[in-house]
Amino acid sequence: MNSLILRTVVPLLVSIMLVFSIFVLLRGHSLPGGGFIGGLIAASSLALYMIASGSQAVRKALVLHPMSIGGLGLLFAVFSGVPSYFSDVPYLTGLWYEPEFFHISLIATPVLFDLGVYLVVVGSITAIALALEEWH
Amino acid sequence: MTLTDWTVVLPVALALGGTALCAVFWWRPVIQSAIGIVITLLMLVSAGVLVCTVATEGPQTMAMSGWPGPFGIVFAVDLLGAGLAFVTALVGLLILIYNFGDQSSDYRRVGYTPLLLAMLAGVSGAFLTGDIFNLYVWFEVLIIGSFGLLILGGKKAQLDGAIKYATLNLLATTFFLIATGLLYGLTGTLNMADLASKVAAVDNRALVNVVAALYLLAFGMKAAAFPLFFWLPASYHTPKPGVSAVFAGLLTKVGVYALYRVFTLIFPASDTIFADLLIWIAGATILAGGLGAIAQTDIRRLVAFTVVGGIGYMLVGLALQSPLALTGGLFYIFHSMLISTALFLAVGIAGRLGGSYDIAKLGGLYRARPAFAMMFLVVLFAVAGVPPFSGFWPKVVLVQASLAADAPWLAGVILVGGFLTLVAVARAFAAAFWDNGEEEPPRATHYGDRVGALMLPTLVIIGLSVLMGLAAEPVVQLAGQAAAGLSDPSAYIEAVLGGSE
Repeated sequence: MNSLILRTVVPLLVSIMLVFSIFVLLRGHSLPGGGFIGGLIAASSLALYMIASGSQAVRKALVLHPMSIGGLGLLFAVFSGVPSYFSDVPYLTGLWYEPEFFHISLIATPVLFDLGVYLVVVGSITAIALALEEWH
Repeated sequence: MTLTDWTVVLPVALALGGTALCAVFWWRPVIQSAIGIVITLLMLVSAGVLVCTVATEGPQTMAMSGWPGPFGIVFAVDLLGAGLAFVTALVGLLILIYNFGDQSSDYRRVGYTPLLLAMLAGVSGAFLTGDIFNLYVWFEVLIIGSFGLLILGGKKAQLDGAIKYATLNLLATTFFLIATGLLYGLTGTLNMADLASKVAAVDNRALVNVVAALYLLAFGMKAAAFPLFFWLPASYHTPKPGVSAVFAGLLTKVGVYALYRVFTLIFPASDTIFADLLIWIAGATILAGGLGAIAQTDIRRLVAFTVVGGIGYMLVGLALQSPLALTGGLFYIFHSMLISTALFLAVGIAGRLGGSYDIAKLGGLYRARPAFAMMFLVVLFAVAGVPPFSGFWPKVVLVQASLAADAPWLAGVILVGGFLTLVAVARAFAAAFWDNGEEEPPRATHYGDRVGALMLPTLVIIGLSVLMGLAAEPVVQLAGQAAAGLSDPSAYIEAVLGGSE
């Protein structure tokens, strides 16, 4: 869509939405939110960017292929269960490590799992959006 | 928690990790195939260790995230689940090797290996989980993978087959979900070991029977049992042989496995009205498969009907519920998983050599490729259950079990079904390999550069089939041990609920 207003506003909106998506991702640790919701917010910001500036701009901004991003996310989720092997507990058990920031340990397997979900959602939804946009 | 304990979850985790890695290398099909082969090899090893552990130490469990059963999701593996996971990994590995050999195919397309690994994750998860809702989730995972594989290539016939496949499968999963919801409302639990005792204690038997009927419908559709089998021959011949082979080998057997699990553990068929119904379904499936196979002119549809017939034999074992019958049924499941795969691969090679899948147009393959013709004949004999191949013994056991259960007509149906299959495959062989064909059409009688990879999977399966046929004693013993675990699930229930305290 070739609209000057949209093209001017979108970079600002996209950056706010991306920051907000990370806030929602981390907030999901103890409050409503999490990787899925955060991923959807990030994917919609990318879709907005695509509407304003075209699919090529989004591909360039992402650097990696969207499917690779989704794959990395799934890989994170699978690997978030691996530290439990070294702690002698069942697969995917939540583990928290030092140091803590404001009483919250960011180095934790649930955070890694949620980050994985976030990336899977961003990657797959963006791949679908790009495929629809580039359909001729 | 040693690495041996982790083999309960490793096949699924490895397959999911492999899917992820393949997605990371999205535009690199060669790297994807390499990842696929390494991952399925690792799955094979871990499932092999799991089978050994379960055979010696009894059922193994692992409560995900440390939430114990019946509240959390527990992976619970008995000999049946472990054995099936092992064969799943083996079939996955052989298919990937075949694809390496078949250069004309769509496998070099992006997306093939990740979808296959996702499907393998779903299939292994279904075999290993001990939670009925989790079983539903794994069904969904494998269905999503199979949808993708089915339409890979995007030909018109493929889309046509995929719509039939997708409609019936979505319907079946919906029934599965409704039944699971009702069951949860009745009992307040989803853990299969916990359900075993809770369902028996429910007063409202009518509602229990309704739930059981919904499960029978859902899994019967998945397993392609009579009268809900028409989607299978209508869709399995449309994709490339490497895809149909893995479908024929694994997917319907997941439905059969679910029937075995649900109708021995949760609704023992002897307690419900379904024992008689299952016997009729089993008999009708055998005959429908046999008669359907005779009527086909497309060799791929013909072998799809033999897969349907095979489902009937497995259901006979479940319907009779005696330890002997279960032993025969389980042996047949393992035999059929391997042989159906080999059959579809061999048909794929025949189609490549002959340039067609029409029996009338193939013709004269024996003269062009006598060695391949012999291999094909051996696979066909194995399917029909001719000794010394593996299909023979489970049928003998099932006939014995039918006679012991005072159902001589069922024994008759089993024998007639075997005869019909033999007639169908003999006719196909005579027409496709011995006849001269219509008028010597120009053929691509080349295998391509990688004959070894093309032939190896079928040869390996033939070898295993002969081994299982000649040294049937240990296989029957293992199947008997797995069957004993099904008829008396106390060890399984103890492992899930007792071990969690």
